[in-house]
Amino acid sequence: MRAETFRGYRRPDGRVGVRNHVVILPVDDISNAAAEAVARVIHGVLPLPHAYGRLQFGEDLELFFRTMIGTGANPNVAACVVIGIEPNWTRRIAEGIARTGKPVEAFWIEGYGDLRTVERAGRAAQRLLQQASELVREPCQVRELYVSAKCGESDTTTGLASCPAVGEVFDHLDSLGATMSFGETSELTGAEDICAARAATCEVAEEFRRVFRACNDFILAQGADLLGSQPTEGNIRGGLTTIEEKALGNLQKIGRRCRFVGCLRPAESPRGPGLWFMDTSSAAAEAVTLWAASGAVVHLFPTGQGNTIGNPIVPVIKITGNPSTARSMGEHIDVDVSGLLQREYTLEEAGDRVWEMMIRVCDGRLTCAETLGHREFVLTRLYRSA
Amino acid sequence: MIHFVVHGRSDTVGVIVTEQVAAGERLSGWNLETGESVEAVAAQPIPLGHKIALRRMAPGEAVIKYNMPIGKATCEIAPGEHVHTHNLRSARW
Repeated sequence: MRAETFRGYRRPDGRVGVRNHVVILPVDDISNAAAEAVARVIHGVLPLPHAYGRLQFGEDLELFFRTMIGTGANPNVAACVVIGIEPNWTRRIAEGIARTGKPVEAFWIEGYGDLRTVERAGRAAQRLLQQASELVREPCQVRELYVSAKCGESDTTTGLASCPAVGEVFDHLDSLGATMSFGETSELTGAEDICAARAATCEVAEEFRRVFRACNDFILAQGADLLGSQPTEGNIRGGLTTIEEKALGNLQKIGRRCRFVGCLRPAESPRGPGLWFMDTSSAAAEAVTLWAASGAVVHLFPTGQGNTIGNPIVPVIKITGNPSTARSMGEHIDVDVSGLLQREYTLEEAGDRVWEMMIRVCDGRLTCAETLGHREFVLTRLYRSA
Repeated sequence: MIHFVVHGRSDTVGVIVTEQVAAGERLSGWNLETGESVEAVAAQPIPLGHKIALRRMAPGEAVIKYNMPIGKATCEIAPGEHVHTHNLRSARW
């Protein structure tokens, strides 16, 4: 019997979170120092330094704003302090986050300098942190969750055990009316027809094919040899030989029954419940950052050879079907489903194990990645700055 | 003890699921789709997670896993042989 409730944080916009972070969000690379300084004096806030935010333009700039606003708006974030070099973009991001109804304060460094900004932002951060510390978890339904999934350092056990176990969970979440997302556009190469057949309508299938073709055309246009890069050296060590083989294993994550109801641009929020395809990079930290920005509150991460990825605001649950990895990298593995390979239990029971851990993590249990301090916050860039 | 698992009924390769199999070792397998038991003899040592050929494949022939082509054989592959980058290549890039 799989639990269908957990204790989470209900936010002013009605969405439900599983963490209660107060985020210090730098708008740009040159505001990282001030944001990190605030976090050194106010203990318990979460700074999110990153490398970008200056002279971006066009679609790349739109993705930047979507990612920054979405990160602050994520239901795992209770409140947010935004710090930028100048007022315009700082206000734009703060106002975008404030539309969720959560407390947001904005500070810019021009005209103040770092030291006065750190003091002013620090006082705001202290107040917001104390307010957030009084919020309490309340009963929530699993159908209120938005769960994302991608795998990394895959090997053949990923397609045999950890991805199908996550697929079991996705099928069940879908039946409850929860929201889910998968992506990794390049890693669907070889399985794109099977993927398109899982679209809910012909229109969604056509949209998926258009996104997939654009990604594939971009990769081929670079003229580079992807052998050795996709699959990665780690994939190959684990026994995966070709991108087609990797993709077919990857796609086991979306289960056997659920169909995807739409395609999302990177970091775009789902427009309703059900399974959504998001056009993401297959690089773990970039992709999970995009899902976090789209509002996902928990991430399921099957791994074969052992990936260490975490995210600052979204708990990343690692699942492996590789018995060697479960032994050699145990501190990174939240759920071991390697017993599936020896028929010690059924796929449904493996799904039960993942489900149980997902509920415990939503209730507040720290993931391996959280305890190890993995806070990879990596923005996706579409092209270089002007 | 299950030494290897096969995903689909028309697959031409299985996946080794024990730490390592030795050359000449008789292996017990299991087809996930049909539930049937399968047997094979390893032609060489094959590590965990790596593929074993279940039948002879000609150069250029599609190698099948999950009932789908996962690439093409780059040389003749004999039953029981290790199938990997030395004898299988993507048909996509």
